[in-house]
Amino acid sequence: MDTESTYSGYSYYSGRSRGSHRHGERIRDHHKSRSKDGSRSEKSVTINAPPAEPLLGDSSVLGEEVQDDNWGETTTAVTGTSEHSLSQEDIVRITKDLEDSVGLDCRRYFSLTLAVVLGLLVFLTPLAFLALPHLLWPDKLLVCGTACEGLFISVAFKLLILLLAVWALFFRAPRASLPRVFVFRALLAVLVLLFVVSYWLFYGVRILDSQDENYQGIVQYAVSLVDALLFIHYLAIVLLELRQLQPAFSVCVTRSTDGETRHYNLGQLSIQRAALVIIENYYRDFSVHNPALLTASKSRAAKHLAGLKVYNVDGEFPASPATGPENNAATGLAHSQSRAMIAAAARRRDTSHNELYYEEAEHERRVRKRKARLVVAVEEAFTHIKRMQEEEQKKAPGDVMDPREAAQAIFPSMARSLQKYLRTTRQQHCHSMESIQQHLAFCITNNMTPKAFLESYLTPGPTLQYGRERWLARQWTLVSEASVTSGLKEGAIFLLKCIDFSLVVTAKRIPYIQLSEEFIDPKSHKFVLRLQSETSV
Amino acid sequence: MSFIPGQPVTAVVQRIEIRKLRQGEHLILGFSIGGGIDQDPGQNPFSEDKSDKGIYVTRVTPEGPAEVAGLMMGDKVMQVNGWDMTMVTHDQARKRLTKKNEDVVRLLVTRKSLEQAVKHSMM
Repeated sequence: MDTESTYSGYSYYSGRSRGSHRHGERIRDHHKSRSKDGSRSEKSVTINAPPAEPLLGDSSVLGEEVQDDNWGETTTAVTGTSEHSLSQEDIVRITKDLEDSVGLDCRRYFSLTLAVVLGLLVFLTPLAFLALPHLLWPDKLLVCGTACEGLFISVAFKLLILLLAVWALFFRAPRASLPRVFVFRALLAVLVLLFVVSYWLFYGVRILDSQDENYQGIVQYAVSLVDALLFIHYLAIVLLELRQLQPAFSVCVTRSTDGETRHYNLGQLSIQRAALVIIENYYRDFSVHNPALLTASKSRAAKHLAGLKVYNVDGEFPASPATGPENNAATGLAHSQSRAMIAAAARRRDTSHNELYYEEAEHERRVRKRKARLVVAVEEAFTHIKRMQEEEQKKAPGDVMDPREAAQAIFPSMARSLQKYLRTTRQQHCHSMESIQQHLAFCITNNMTPKAFLESYLTPGPTLQYGRERWLARQWTLVSEASVTSGLKEGAIFLLKCIDFSLVVTAKRIPYIQLSEEFIDPKSHKFVLRLQSETSV
Repeated sequence: MSFIPGQPVTAVVQRIEIRKLRQGEHLILGFSIGGGIDQDPGQNPFSEDKSDKGIYVTRVTPEGPAEVAGLMMGDKVMQVNGWDMTMVTHDQARKRLTKKNEDVVRLLVTRKSLEQAVKHSMM
């Protein structure tokens, strides 16, 4: 079955389900997501143009750096060198946002109400079973003896345990919204519904209609219902939580833009749940996606293409290829042209590899030089700050600063070298001045060394380390040929598309391991001397 | 010089007669031996077949009785005064060579060049 499911999930409503089982989607943020989206749409409307940097970043390739001292221009992370595509997609995203929000809310409400109704039904059924005889035929009912009253306690405590267990398993903040229904939850909900309905049927026919006087039997019936519900909850734990713990597949996740690859071990999950786990691991393990680093290869590709052009010197294409042979001639002409281009490109003495080699060496040298200056500047800046002890605080309340002010005081001395370093490594749009000062205040407060402060700028960290606008947590699209609710299989391939890049995921089964045993007797460790002596006679 | 187990060993040998030299208390012959059935044949630098556990001459002192008699480094000693030296321990070999009541030892030694010389002469 060749189904392709593409869905971008946005949730504006958080649900806490009272019910034991809930359909499909798990929802991510709480109400603050709404305000955040509002502010984000405002931010993307006021897009600042990047200051005098060409689109493909050719200048950065050649090493010319635009000395721009205006931090303020580049603080909004929506802008950047080649993010024209981002801004356009931003707008598309916003319109899609507005269109989809209405439909999504209905889905949310629907599943939430279903879950609440089911939960109420489940919890009130045993109580109804116990209460109805007293209400409908109190005089005919046999007196409830000791054993029967003991069963009341049992029902009460089992219901309490069931309530706590359902709270523990299902009352959790949803961490994602998945495109399709969560199959196991749906199945469990149907099972619970069938179960409760069948109990009601039996109760209705055999007990209500015949007005059974044996109250102890009715109480035992209610107890059996609660027992069975606890067992269904056990089934829910096994299906939803335990089954995917044992690793069965090894997935290889590759980022399409720069080829960064990681491997993870997953259990038996459906494709959409596996995608969720992979995305959560992506935010932890992969370094942040930096489009500015890809401009160099793009410019090289452009140079390759721009080198050759094909001119048709003699003859023209047939206007409308009617019959077979003429058609073949046209396509044959096109084929031969492309082949000629490839052959010519191969024969041309291309020196771009030379350029690449020297360029990279030069870039490496420049980065190291800037890094050295930066390290020295930061170390020197940190020496100006000293933590004041408790006793000193009482004695000399002179020029006392809190961490924020201290950070602002020493920041200017390192700002220039830090800015130059970030430009050289093309990270300048990942860090705003505000975030740098915040980080500096944080390091000062926690007695970190200059090296610790610099670590987050020298190596690109995971995506969550940067501002929220880099997260793009709501822009993931799952592209899969197999149905997303089907399980992972050997050789399953699917794509997780974000705006600028995509993650290509391949699954392989973990091999069946056959372990054999070899017993070594501790007394069997014996050694001989191998001599080669020489004797003179 | 390799042997096939169960088959008699054949080799072209040279007869060397060494007169012992008296040096103080001891009678010396002027060479060193290595090898033996209790030694590690793999470490023998002179043997062709690294599983050969025979007795080999590892060193010949210059101007000693052995050199004068014509013994060369790398020779394999096959017999000493009629006693076999192809299947002896290192210590047994030493004892056979250093008997105090013997003045002269008659060795049968073999080396690669002997075989080649015989082959050449036969051609």
